[in-house]
Amino acid sequence: MDLKQLYQDIILEHGKSPRNLGKCEGYSHEAKGYNPLCGDKVHVYLKLDSRKKVERLTFEAEGCAISLASASIMTELVKGKSFEEAKEIINAFLDMIKNTSELQSNHLDEEQKIKVMSLSGVKRFPMRVKCATLAWHTLVSAMEEKKEEVNTEVID
Amino acid sequence: MNINEIKSQFPIFSKKINGKPLVYLDSSNSSQKPMCVINRLNDFYKNEFSNIGRSIHSLAVSATNKFEETRISVKNFINAKFKEEIIFTKNATEAINLVATTFGQQNIEKGDEIIITELEHHSNYVPWHFLRETRKAIIKFAPINEDGDIIIDKLKELITSKTKIVAVTHLSNVTGAIVPIKEIVEIAHKKNVPVLVDGCQSVPHIKVDVTDLNCDFYVFSAHKVYGPTGVGILYAKKKWLERLPPYIGGGAMISEVKKDKIIYAQLPEKYEAGTMPTAEVITFNESIKFMQSIGKDNLMKHEKEITNYALEKLRKINSVKIIGNPKNKAGVIAFTIKGIHPHDIATILDEDGVAIRAGHHCCQILHEKLNLTATARASIGVYNTKDDIDALCKAIENCRKIFDLK
Repeated sequence: MDLKQLYQDIILEHGKSPRNLGKCEGYSHEAKGYNPLCGDKVHVYLKLDSRKKVERLTFEAEGCAISLASASIMTELVKGKSFEEAKEIINAFLDMIKNTSELQSNHLDEEQKIKVMSLSGVKRFPMRVKCATLAWHTLVSAMEEKKEEVNTEVID
Repeated sequence: MNINEIKSQFPIFSKKINGKPLVYLDSSNSSQKPMCVINRLNDFYKNEFSNIGRSIHSLAVSATNKFEETRISVKNFINAKFKEEIIFTKNATEAINLVATTFGQQNIEKGDEIIITELEHHSNYVPWHFLRETRKAIIKFAPINEDGDIIIDKLKELITSKTKIVAVTHLSNVTGAIVPIKEIVEIAHKKNVPVLVDGCQSVPHIKVDVTDLNCDFYVFSAHKVYGPTGVGILYAKKKWLERLPPYIGGGAMISEVKKDKIIYAQLPEKYEAGTMPTAEVITFNESIKFMQSIGKDNLMKHEKEITNYALEKLRKINSVKIIGNPKNKAGVIAFTIKGIHPHDIATILDEDGVAIRAGHHCCQILHEKLNLTATARASIGVYNTKDDIDALCKAIENCRKIFDLK
Protein backbone atom coordinates (compact mmCIF):
# COMPACT_ATOMS: atom_id res chain seq x y z
CA MET A 1 0.00 0.00 0.00
CA ASP A 2 1.26 3.48 -0.94
CA LEU A 3 0.48 5.03 2.40
CA LYS A 4 2.61 2.41 4.12
CA GLN A 5 5.43 3.30 1.75
CA LEU A 6 5.15 6.94 2.74
CA TYR A 7 4.82 6.33 6.45
CA GLN A 8 7.38 3.61 6.91
CA ASP A 9 8.37 2.72 10.46
CA ILE A 10 11.73 4.40 10.07
CA ILE A 11 10.05 7.68 9.08
CA LEU A 12 7.53 7.53 11.88
CA GLU A 13 10.30 6.76 14.32
CA HIS A 14 12.55 9.62 13.16
CA GLY A 15 9.50 11.91 13.03
CA LYS A 16 8.68 11.09 16.63
CA SER A 17 12.25 11.23 17.94
CA PRO A 18 14.37 13.31 15.59
CA ARG A 19 18.14 12.96 15.96
CA ASN A 20 20.52 15.90 16.28
CA LEU A 21 17.86 18.30 17.39
CA GLY A 22 18.82 21.76 18.64
CA LYS A 23 21.62 24.22 18.12
CA CYS A 24 25.08 22.64 17.95
CA GLU A 25 27.93 24.17 19.86
CA GLY A 26 30.26 26.46 17.94
CA TYR A 27 28.40 26.25 14.65
CA SER A 28 30.11 28.04 11.78
CA HIS A 29 27.22 28.03 9.31
CA GLU A 30 23.44 28.26 9.58
CA ALA A 31 20.41 28.76 7.39
CA LYS A 32 16.67 28.95 7.72
CA GLY A 33 14.10 27.34 5.48
CA TYR A 34 10.40 27.97 5.13
CA ASN A 35 7.60 26.31 3.24
CA PRO A 36 4.88 28.96 2.91
CA LEU A 37 2.43 26.38 1.60
CA CYS A 38 2.17 24.62 4.94
CA GLY A 39 4.16 26.76 7.36
CA ASP A 40 6.91 24.19 7.91
CA LYS A 41 10.09 25.77 9.22
CA VAL A 42 13.61 24.48 9.63
CA HIS A 43 16.81 25.99 10.96
CA VAL A 44 20.01 24.12 10.15
CA TYR A 45 23.24 24.56 12.15
CA LEU A 46 26.51 23.31 10.79
CA LYS A 47 30.08 23.23 12.02
CA LEU A 48 32.76 22.78 9.38
CA ASP A 49 36.23 22.02 10.68
CA SER A 50 39.45 23.53 9.30
CA ARG A 51 39.44 21.02 6.39
CA LYS A 52 35.81 21.85 5.62
CA LYS A 53 34.58 18.56 7.01
CA VAL A 54 31.08 18.50 8.51
CA GLU A 55 32.01 18.12 12.13
CA ARG A 56 28.56 18.85 13.57
CA LEU A 57 25.14 19.12 11.99
CA THR A 58 21.93 19.80 13.89
CA PHE A 59 18.55 21.35 13.25
CA GLU A 60 15.49 22.92 14.81
CA ALA A 61 12.18 22.45 13.05
CA GLU A 62 8.47 22.73 13.11
CA GLY A 63 6.66 20.49 10.73
CA CYS A 64 5.09 17.22 9.73
CA ALA A 65 6.48 13.71 10.23
CA ILE A 66 7.96 13.68 6.73
CA SER A 67 9.86 16.95 7.14
CA LEU A 68 11.15 16.08 10.62
CA ALA A 69 12.20 12.58 9.58
CA SER A 70 13.88 13.87 6.46
CA ALA A 71 15.86 16.48 8.41
CA SER A 72 16.77 13.94 11.08
CA ILE A 73 18.00 11.35 8.55
CA MET A 74 19.89 14.06 6.70
CA THR A 75 21.87 15.07 9.79
CA GLU A 76 22.77 11.46 10.51
CA LEU A 77 24.06 10.82 7.01
CA VAL A 78 25.88 14.03 6.28
CA LYS A 79 27.67 14.36 9.61
CA GLY A 80 31.33 13.41 9.29
CA LYS A 81 31.44 13.85 5.50
CA SER A 82 33.71 16.19 3.64
CA PHE A 83 32.25 19.25 1.97
CA GLU A 84 32.28 17.56 -1.46
CA GLU A 85 30.88 14.31 -0.15
CA ALA A 86 28.06 16.17 1.58
CA LYS A 87 27.20 17.98 -1.66
CA GLU A 88 27.14 14.69 -3.53
CA ILE A 89 24.80 13.10 -1.00
CA ILE A 90 22.44 16.09 -1.07
CA ASN A 91 22.31 16.02 -4.87
CA ALA A 92 21.73 12.28 -4.85
CA PHE A 93 18.87 12.71 -2.42
CA LEU A 94 17.20 15.53 -4.39
CA ASP A 95 17.66 13.56 -7.60
CA MET A 96 16.00 10.53 -6.02
CA ILE A 97 13.02 12.55 -4.79
CA LYS A 98 12.49 14.51 -7.98
CA ASN A 99 13.74 12.37 -10.84
CA THR A 100 14.81 8.79 -10.43
CA SER A 101 13.68 6.45 -7.71
CA GLU A 102 17.19 5.15 -7.29
CA LEU A 103 19.74 6.64 -4.98
CA GLN A 104 23.11 7.04 -6.63
CA SER A 105 25.77 7.95 -4.13
CA ASN A 106 29.36 6.82 -3.71
CA HIS A 107 29.57 8.06 -0.17
CA LEU A 108 26.83 6.14 1.59
CA ASP A 109 26.92 2.51 2.64
CA GLU A 110 24.04 0.11 1.98
CA GLU A 111 22.42 0.64 5.34
CA GLN A 112 22.53 4.41 4.92
CA LYS A 113 21.11 4.13 1.42
CA ILE A 114 18.16 2.12 2.71
CA LYS A 115 17.55 4.82 5.28
CA VAL A 116 17.44 7.61 2.69
CA MET A 117 15.39 5.53 0.30
CA SER A 118 12.69 5.22 2.94
CA LEU A 119 11.85 8.79 1.92
CA SER A 120 11.35 7.97 -1.77
CA GLY A 121 7.68 7.07 -1.13
CA VAL A 122 6.97 10.78 -1.05
CA LYS A 123 7.20 10.86 -4.88
CA ARG A 124 3.67 9.52 -5.10
CA PHE A 125 2.42 12.49 -3.06
CA PRO A 126 3.33 15.62 -5.05
CA MET A 127 1.91 17.93 -2.38
CA ARG A 128 4.34 16.46 0.13
CA VAL A 129 7.61 16.50 -1.86
CA LYS A 130 8.59 19.87 -0.44
CA CYS A 131 8.17 18.53 3.10
CA ALA A 132 10.95 16.07 2.33
CA THR A 133 13.27 18.46 0.50
CA LEU A 134 13.07 21.54 2.76
CA ALA A 135 15.87 20.60 5.18
CA TRP A 136 18.20 19.50 2.38
CA HIS A 137 17.81 22.75 0.45
CA THR A 138 18.39 24.58 3.70
CA LEU A 139 21.60 22.64 4.33
CA VAL A 140 22.85 23.65 0.88
CA SER A 141 22.06 27.25 1.73
CA ALA A 142 24.01 26.98 5.00
CA MET A 143 27.01 25.40 3.27
CA GLU A 144 27.04 28.09 0.59
CA GLU A 145 26.64 30.79 3.22
CA LYS A 146 23.58 32.29 1.59
CA LYS A 147 21.96 34.95 3.68
CA GLU A 148 18.41 34.65 2.44
CA GLU A 149 15.92 32.23 3.95
CA VAL A 150 15.20 29.21 1.76
CA ASN A 151 11.66 29.42 0.43
CA THR A 152 10.31 26.24 -1.17
CA GLU A 153 8.04 28.31 -3.39
CA VAL A 154 11.11 29.79 -5.01
CA ILE A 155 13.54 26.92 -4.94
CA ASP A 156 11.55 23.81 -5.91
CA MET B 1 -35.42 18.07 3.29
CA ASN B 2 -34.28 14.81 1.76
CA ILE B 3 -30.51 14.68 2.04
CA ASN B 4 -30.12 11.69 -0.27
CA GLU B 5 -32.10 13.45 -2.95
CA ILE B 6 -29.95 16.57 -2.53
CA LYS B 7 -26.70 14.63 -2.56
CA SER B 8 -27.76 12.83 -5.72
CA GLN B 9 -27.85 16.20 -7.49
CA PHE B 10 -24.06 16.43 -7.14
CA PRO B 11 -22.46 14.21 -9.77
CA ILE B 12 -19.03 14.31 -8.14
CA PHE B 13 -20.27 12.00 -5.40
CA SER B 14 -20.50 9.14 -7.85
CA LYS B 15 -16.74 9.39 -8.26
CA LYS B 16 -14.25 7.34 -6.31
CA ILE B 17 -11.15 8.87 -4.74
CA ASN B 18 -8.30 6.39 -4.24
CA GLY B 19 -10.89 3.66 -4.79
CA LYS B 20 -13.11 4.98 -1.99
CA PRO B 21 -16.36 6.96 -2.13
CA LEU B 22 -15.67 10.68 -1.87
CA VAL B 23 -16.27 12.17 1.56
CA TYR B 24 -16.03 15.88 0.89
CA LEU B 25 -15.42 17.95 4.00
CA ASP B 26 -13.77 20.97 2.43
CA SER B 27 -16.75 23.17 1.59
CA SER B 28 -15.32 26.15 3.47
CA ASN B 29 -12.61 26.11 0.85
CA SER B 30 -14.99 25.64 -2.06
CA SER B 31 -18.27 23.80 -2.51
CA GLN B 32 -19.11 21.10 -5.02
CA LYS B 33 -21.57 21.89 -7.80
CA PRO B 34 -25.06 20.50 -8.38
CA MET B 35 -26.11 19.29 -11.83
CA CYS B 36 -28.37 22.31 -12.43
CA VAL B 37 -25.34 24.61 -12.14
CA ILE B 38 -23.13 22.44 -14.35
CA ASN B 39 -25.87 22.16 -16.96
CA ARG B 40 -26.56 25.87 -16.98
CA LEU B 41 -22.93 26.71 -17.70
CA ASN B 42 -22.84 24.12 -20.45
CA ASP B 43 -26.16 25.24 -21.95
CA PHE B 44 -25.16 28.86 -21.97
CA TYR B 45 -21.96 28.15 -23.87
CA LYS B 46 -23.74 25.73 -26.21
CA ASN B 47 -26.87 27.67 -27.07
CA GLU B 48 -26.82 31.21 -25.74
CA PHE B 49 -23.30 32.54 -25.65
CA SER B 50 -22.63 36.18 -26.28
CA ASN B 51 -20.88 38.94 -24.44
CA ILE B 52 -23.13 41.35 -22.61
CA GLY B 53 -23.53 45.07 -23.02
CA ARG B 54 -23.26 47.04 -26.18
CA SER B 55 -24.16 44.69 -29.02
CA ILE B 56 -27.61 44.94 -30.53
CA HIS B 57 -28.01 41.34 -31.72
CA SER B 58 -30.43 38.93 -30.12
CA LEU B 59 -27.89 36.78 -28.32
CA ALA B 60 -26.31 39.84 -26.71
CA VAL B 61 -29.65 41.18 -25.59
CA SER B 62 -30.60 37.84 -24.11
CA ALA B 63 -27.25 37.40 -22.33
CA THR B 64 -27.44 40.94 -20.95
CA ASN B 65 -30.91 40.30 -19.60
CA LYS B 66 -29.86 37.02 -18.01
CA PHE B 67 -26.81 38.70 -16.47
CA GLU B 68 -29.04 41.35 -14.92
CA GLU B 69 -31.44 38.65 -13.71
CA THR B 70 -28.62 37.23 -11.59
CA ARG B 71 -28.01 40.67 -10.15
CA ILE B 72 -31.64 40.87 -9.12
CA SER B 73 -31.52 37.34 -7.67
CA VAL B 74 -28.44 38.24 -5.63
CA LYS B 75 -30.10 41.43 -4.45
CA ASN B 76 -33.13 39.47 -3.26
CA PHE B 77 -31.01 36.65 -1.86
CA ILE B 78 -29.22 38.97 0.57
CA ASN B 79 -32.08 41.47 0.78
CA ALA B 80 -30.32 44.52 -0.60
CA LYS B 81 -32.47 47.55 -1.42
CA PHE B 82 -31.31 48.26 -4.96
CA LYS B 83 -29.89 46.08 -7.71
CA GLU B 84 -27.25 48.74 -8.41
CA GLU B 85 -25.80 47.90 -5.03
CA ILE B 86 -24.68 44.51 -6.33
CA ILE B 87 -21.30 44.60 -8.11
CA PHE B 88 -19.76 41.51 -9.71
CA THR B 89 -16.02 41.02 -9.28
CA LYS B 90 -13.74 38.11 -10.03
CA ASN B 91 -13.81 36.88 -6.42
CA ALA B 92 -14.48 38.07 -2.90
CA THR B 93 -10.82 39.00 -2.52
CA GLU B 94 -11.11 41.43 -5.40
CA ALA B 95 -14.26 42.83 -3.85
CA ILE B 96 -12.38 43.65 -0.63
CA ASN B 97 -9.49 45.10 -2.64
CA LEU B 98 -11.96 47.24 -4.54
CA VAL B 99 -13.29 48.74 -1.32
CA ALA B 100 -9.89 49.06 0.39
CA THR B 101 -8.34 50.78 -2.63
CA THR B 102 -11.14 53.19 -3.50
CA PHE B 103 -12.12 53.90 0.09
CA GLY B 104 -8.47 54.31 1.01
CA GLN B 105 -7.78 56.73 -1.84
CA GLN B 106 -10.62 58.92 -0.74
CA ASN B 107 -10.71 58.59 3.02
CA ILE B 108 -7.47 57.34 4.52
CA GLU B 109 -4.72 59.75 5.51
CA LYS B 110 -1.53 59.21 7.46
CA GLY B 111 -2.30 58.00 10.99
CA ASP B 112 -5.89 57.00 10.24
CA GLU B 113 -6.99 53.73 11.75
CA ILE B 114 -8.49 50.61 10.26
CA ILE B 115 -9.91 48.02 12.62
CA ILE B 116 -9.94 44.37 11.67
CA THR B 117 -10.01 41.29 13.94
CA GLU B 118 -7.79 38.36 14.80
CA LEU B 119 -10.25 36.07 13.02
CA GLU B 120 -9.72 37.54 9.59
CA HIS B 121 -8.76 35.62 6.49
CA HIS B 122 -5.66 37.07 4.82
CA SER B 123 -7.92 38.55 2.14
CA ASN B 124 -9.47 40.81 4.76
CA TYR B 125 -6.09 41.89 6.05
CA VAL B 126 -3.65 42.21 3.14
CA PRO B 127 -5.73 44.77 1.17
CA TRP B 128 -5.81 46.96 4.31
CA HIS B 129 -2.10 46.37 4.82
CA PHE B 130 -1.58 47.98 1.41
CA LEU B 131 -3.08 51.14 2.91
CA ARG B 132 -0.68 50.83 5.81
CA GLU B 133 2.14 50.82 3.25
CA THR B 134 0.88 53.43 0.82
CA ARG B 135 -1.05 55.81 3.06
CA LYS B 136 0.63 55.19 6.43
CA ALA B 137 -2.61 53.95 7.96
CA ILE B 138 -2.62 52.07 11.26
CA ILE B 139 -4.21 48.63 11.53
CA LYS B 140 -5.64 47.57 14.86
CA PHE B 141 -6.74 44.03 15.60
CA ALA B 142 -9.81 43.40 17.72
CA PRO B 143 -8.81 40.44 19.88
CA ILE B 144 -10.59 37.13 20.34
CA ASN B 145 -11.13 35.28 23.61
CA GLU B 146 -10.05 31.69 24.22
CA ASP B 147 -13.34 30.35 22.84
CA GLY B 148 -12.55 32.05 19.53
CA ASP B 149 -15.18 34.80 19.81
CA ILE B 150 -14.34 38.44 19.10
CA ILE B 151 -14.33 40.42 22.35
CA ILE B 152 -16.88 43.04 21.37
CA ASP B 153 -16.04 45.38 24.25
CA LYS B 154 -12.41 45.44 23.16
CA LEU B 155 -13.42 46.17 19.60
CA LYS B 156 -15.55 49.03 20.89
CA GLU B 157 -12.58 50.43 22.83
CA LEU B 158 -10.42 50.37 19.71
CA ILE B 159 -12.68 52.79 17.84
CA THR B 160 -11.36 56.34 18.10
CA SER B 161 -11.86 59.59 16.22
CA LYS B 162 -9.10 58.36 13.90
CA THR B 163 -10.96 55.16 12.96
CA LYS B 164 -12.08 55.23 9.36
CA ILE B 165 -13.45 51.72 8.78
CA VAL B 166 -14.08 48.41 10.52
CA ALA B 167 -13.60 45.23 8.46
CA VAL B 168 -14.78 41.98 10.00
CA THR B 169 -15.73 38.48 9.03
CA HIS B 170 -19.28 37.21 9.50
CA LEU B 171 -18.17 33.63 10.12
CA SER B 172 -14.70 32.35 10.93
CA ASN B 173 -13.27 29.92 8.42
CA VAL B 174 -11.29 28.26 11.24
CA THR B 175 -13.37 28.18 14.40
CA GLY B 176 -16.78 28.46 12.75
CA ALA B 177 -17.63 31.37 15.07
CA ILE B 178 -20.64 33.33 13.88
CA VAL B 179 -19.87 36.99 14.54
CA PRO B 180 -22.62 39.34 15.85
CA ILE B 181 -22.40 41.72 12.90
CA LYS B 182 -25.51 43.69 13.71
CA GLU B 183 -24.10 44.59 17.12
CA ILE B 184 -20.72 45.56 15.65
CA VAL B 185 -22.39 47.72 12.98
CA GLU B 186 -24.43 49.52 15.63
CA ILE B 187 -21.31 50.20 17.70
CA ALA B 188 -19.34 51.46 14.69
CA HIS B 189 -22.16 53.54 13.25
CA LYS B 190 -22.62 55.34 16.57
CA LYS B 191 -19.15 56.73 15.88
CA ASN B 192 -19.87 57.23 12.18
CA VAL B 193 -17.51 54.45 11.15
CA PRO B 194 -18.56 52.29 8.19
CA VAL B 195 -18.30 48.50 8.34
CA LEU B 196 -17.20 45.99 5.72
CA VAL B 197 -18.26 42.40 6.28
CA ASP B 198 -16.51 39.39 4.79
CA GLY B 199 -19.42 37.04 4.14
CA CYS B 200 -17.59 34.27 2.28
CA GLN B 201 -18.34 31.67 4.92
CA SER B 202 -21.72 32.98 6.02
CA VAL B 203 -23.70 33.33 2.80
CA PRO B 204 -23.56 29.59 1.99
CA HIS B 205 -24.62 28.54 5.48
CA ILE B 206 -26.61 31.11 7.46
CA LYS B 207 -29.27 33.74 6.77
CA VAL B 208 -27.84 36.99 5.47
CA ASP B 209 -29.93 40.15 5.29
CA VAL B 210 -27.74 43.14 4.53
CA THR B 211 -30.56 45.60 5.14
CA ASP B 212 -31.13 44.21 8.60
CA LEU B 213 -27.38 44.05 9.32
CA ASN B 214 -27.15 47.64 8.08
CA CYS B 215 -23.49 47.13 7.10
CA ASP B 216 -21.92 49.39 4.50
CA PHE B 217 -20.13 46.70 2.48
CA TYR B 218 -20.67 42.95 2.29
CA VAL B 219 -18.60 40.62 0.13
CA PHE B 220 -18.85 36.95 -0.77
CA SER B 221 -17.94 34.53 -3.51
CA ALA B 222 -20.13 32.40 -5.77
CA HIS B 223 -17.99 29.28 -5.69
CA LYS B 224 -18.61 28.64 -2.01
CA VAL B 225 -22.38 28.92 -2.61
CA TYR B 226 -22.52 25.90 -4.96
CA GLY B 227 -21.80 28.22 -7.87
CA PRO B 228 -19.04 28.62 -10.45
CA THR B 229 -15.56 30.00 -9.82
CA GLY B 230 -14.61 33.42 -11.14
CA VAL B 231 -17.42 35.39 -9.53
CA GLY B 232 -17.25 37.53 -6.42
CA ILE B 233 -20.00 39.75 -5.15
CA LEU B 234 -19.68 43.16 -3.59
CA TYR B 235 -22.73 44.61 -1.95
CA ALA B 236 -22.28 48.24 -1.00
CA LYS B 237 -24.73 50.89 0.04
CA LYS B 238 -25.49 53.07 -2.94
CA LYS B 239 -24.19 56.19 -1.22
CA TRP B 240 -20.74 54.61 -1.05
CA LEU B 241 -20.68 53.38 -4.61
CA GLU B 242 -21.73 56.81 -5.82
CA ARG B 243 -19.19 58.58 -3.69
CA LEU B 244 -16.13 56.37 -4.13
CA PRO B 245 -13.88 56.60 -7.20
CA PRO B 246 -13.87 53.81 -9.81
CA TYR B 247 -11.48 50.90 -9.35
CA ILE B 248 -10.53 49.26 -12.64
CA GLY B 249 -10.61 51.40 -15.75
CA GLY B 250 -11.57 50.24 -19.22
CA GLY B 251 -14.54 49.42 -21.38
CA ALA B 252 -18.07 49.35 -20.03
CA MET B 253 -17.25 51.50 -17.01
CA ILE B 254 -17.34 54.70 -19.02
CA SER B 255 -20.16 56.84 -20.25
CA GLU B 256 -18.20 59.22 -22.48
CA VAL B 257 -14.55 59.33 -23.50
CA LYS B 258 -12.83 62.44 -24.88
CA LYS B 259 -9.20 63.35 -25.31
CA ASP B 260 -9.33 65.70 -22.38
CA LYS B 261 -11.93 64.09 -20.12
CA ILE B 262 -13.71 60.87 -19.29
CA ILE B 263 -17.13 60.52 -17.76
CA TYR B 264 -17.69 57.32 -15.86
CA ALA B 265 -20.71 55.09 -16.22
CA GLN B 266 -23.54 54.90 -13.75
CA LEU B 267 -23.86 52.11 -11.23
CA PRO B 268 -23.33 49.23 -11.37
CA GLU B 269 -21.25 49.48 -14.60
CA LYS B 270 -18.92 52.02 -12.98
CA TYR B 271 -17.33 49.09 -11.15
CA GLU B 272 -17.59 46.43 -13.86
CA ALA B 273 -14.89 47.26 -16.40
CA GLY B 274 -13.99 44.92 -19.22
CA THR B 275 -15.54 41.60 -20.16
CA MET B 276 -17.13 40.06 -17.13
CA PRO B 277 -17.34 36.33 -16.31
CA THR B 278 -20.59 36.40 -18.25
CA ALA B 279 -21.35 32.68 -18.30
CA GLU B 280 -20.44 32.26 -14.65
CA VAL B 281 -22.55 35.17 -13.44
CA ILE B 282 -25.51 33.89 -15.43
CA THR B 283 -24.91 30.40 -14.06
CA PHE B 284 -24.76 31.68 -10.51
CA ASN B 285 -28.49 32.36 -10.72
CA GLU B 286 -29.00 28.59 -10.72
CA SER B 287 -27.00 28.27 -7.49
CA ILE B 288 -29.24 30.81 -5.83
CA LYS B 289 -32.30 28.95 -7.08
CA PHE B 290 -30.79 25.74 -5.74
CA MET B 291 -30.25 27.35 -2.33
CA GLN B 292 -33.77 28.78 -2.36
CA SER B 293 -35.28 25.42 -3.31
CA ILE B 294 -33.82 23.98 -0.11
CA GLY B 295 -34.48 27.03 2.03
CA LYS B 296 -32.03 28.52 4.50
CA ASP B 297 -34.01 27.26 7.51
CA ASN B 298 -33.83 23.66 6.31
CA LEU B 299 -30.23 24.03 5.31
CA MET B 300 -29.21 25.50 8.66
CA LYS B 301 -31.10 22.81 10.55
CA HIS B 302 -29.42 20.06 8.53
CA GLU B 303 -25.92 21.50 8.83
CA LYS B 304 -26.39 22.10 12.55
CA GLU B 305 -27.38 18.48 13.03
CA ILE B 306 -24.33 17.21 11.12
CA THR B 307 -22.03 19.66 12.90
CA ASN B 308 -23.25 18.63 16.34
CA TYR B 309 -22.92 14.97 15.42
CA ALA B 310 -19.36 15.59 14.22
CA LEU B 311 -18.38 17.54 17.32
CA GLU B 312 -19.80 14.86 19.59
CA LYS B 313 -18.01 12.05 17.76
CA LEU B 314 -14.70 13.86 17.39
CA ARG B 315 -14.63 14.78 21.06
CA LYS B 316 -14.80 11.08 21.91
CA ILE B 317 -11.59 10.32 20.03
CA ASN B 318 -8.54 10.40 22.23
CA SER B 319 -6.00 13.12 21.48
CA VAL B 320 -8.34 15.02 19.13
CA LYS B 321 -8.71 18.65 20.12
CA ILE B 322 -11.33 20.93 18.59
CA ILE B 323 -10.06 24.47 18.05
CA GLY B 324 -12.32 27.12 19.56
CA ASN B 325 -15.62 26.86 21.31
CA PRO B 326 -17.57 29.88 20.07
CA LYS B 327 -21.03 30.79 21.34
CA ASN B 328 -22.57 30.28 17.93
CA LYS B 329 -20.77 27.78 15.78
CA ALA B 330 -21.37 26.88 12.15
CA GLY B 331 -20.12 23.75 10.37
CA VAL B 332 -16.44 24.62 10.34
CA ILE B 333 -14.40 22.35 12.59
CA ALA B 334 -10.69 22.93 12.97
CA PHE B 335 -8.91 20.30 15.02
CA THR B 336 -5.54 18.90 15.93
CA ILE B 337 -4.44 15.42 16.89
CA LYS B 338 -1.71 15.36 19.49
CA GLY B 339 1.36 13.73 17.96
CA ILE B 340 0.28 14.02 14.31
CA HIS B 341 0.94 17.06 12.17
CA PRO B 342 -2.14 18.29 10.24
CA HIS B 343 -0.45 17.63 6.89
CA ASP B 344 0.11 14.04 7.81
CA ILE B 345 -3.54 13.83 8.87
CA ALA B 346 -4.71 15.26 5.54
CA THR B 347 -2.55 12.88 3.50
CA ILE B 348 -3.71 9.82 5.42
CA LEU B 349 -7.38 10.86 5.33
CA ASP B 350 -7.14 11.41 1.59
CA GLU B 351 -6.15 7.80 1.10
CA ASP B 352 -9.53 6.94 2.64
CA GLY B 353 -11.31 9.32 0.24
CA VAL B 354 -11.83 11.89 2.98
CA ALA B 355 -11.06 15.41 1.73
CA ILE B 356 -10.23 17.91 4.46
CA ARG B 357 -7.89 20.87 4.56
CA ALA B 358 -4.70 21.24 6.56
CA GLY B 359 -2.61 24.34 7.13
CA HIS B 360 -3.23 27.82 8.41
CA HIS B 361 -6.32 28.28 6.22
CA CYS B 362 -5.10 31.76 5.25
CA CYS B 363 -5.39 32.79 8.91
CA GLN B 364 -1.84 33.06 10.19
CA ILE B 365 -2.76 35.80 12.67
CA LEU B 366 -5.36 33.53 14.26
CA HIS B 367 -3.02 30.53 14.34
CA GLU B 368 -0.29 32.61 15.91
CA LYS B 369 -2.77 33.72 18.57
CA LEU B 370 -3.68 30.07 19.19
CA ASN B 371 0.00 29.14 19.27
CA LEU B 372 -0.40 26.75 16.38
CA THR B 373 1.28 26.70 12.99
CA ALA B 374 -1.36 24.55 11.38
CA THR B 375 -4.65 22.78 12.01
CA ALA B 376 -6.74 20.21 10.20
CA ARG B 377 -10.18 21.41 9.19
CA ALA B 378 -13.36 19.55 8.31
CA SER B 379 -16.07 21.80 6.95
CA ILE B 380 -19.63 20.89 6.20
CA GLY B 381 -21.84 21.56 3.22
CA VAL B 382 -25.44 20.87 2.35
CA TYR B 383 -24.58 17.42 0.96
CA ASN B 384 -22.82 16.03 4.02
CA THR B 385 -24.37 13.19 5.97
CA LYS B 386 -23.73 11.42 9.25
CA ASP B 387 -22.13 8.67 7.19
CA ASP B 388 -19.52 11.23 6.06
CA ILE B 389 -18.74 12.03 9.68
CA ASP B 390 -18.47 8.33 10.49
CA ALA B 391 -16.03 7.96 7.59
CA LEU B 392 -14.04 10.94 8.90
CA CYS B 393 -13.80 9.42 12.36
CA LYS B 394 -12.84 6.03 10.99
CA ALA B 395 -10.10 7.62 8.89
CA ILE B 396 -8.84 9.50 11.96
CA GLU B 397 -8.67 6.20 13.83
CA ASN B 398 -6.60 4.83 10.95
CA CYS B 399 -4.33 7.84 11.29
CA ARG B 400 -3.90 7.17 14.96
CA LYS B 401 -3.13 3.55 14.22
CA ILE B 402 -0.42 4.43 11.68
CA PHE B 403 1.16 6.79 14.17
CA ASP B 404 0.71 4.25 16.95
CA LEU B 405 -1.18 6.60 19.26
CA LYS B 406 -2.80 5.17 22.36
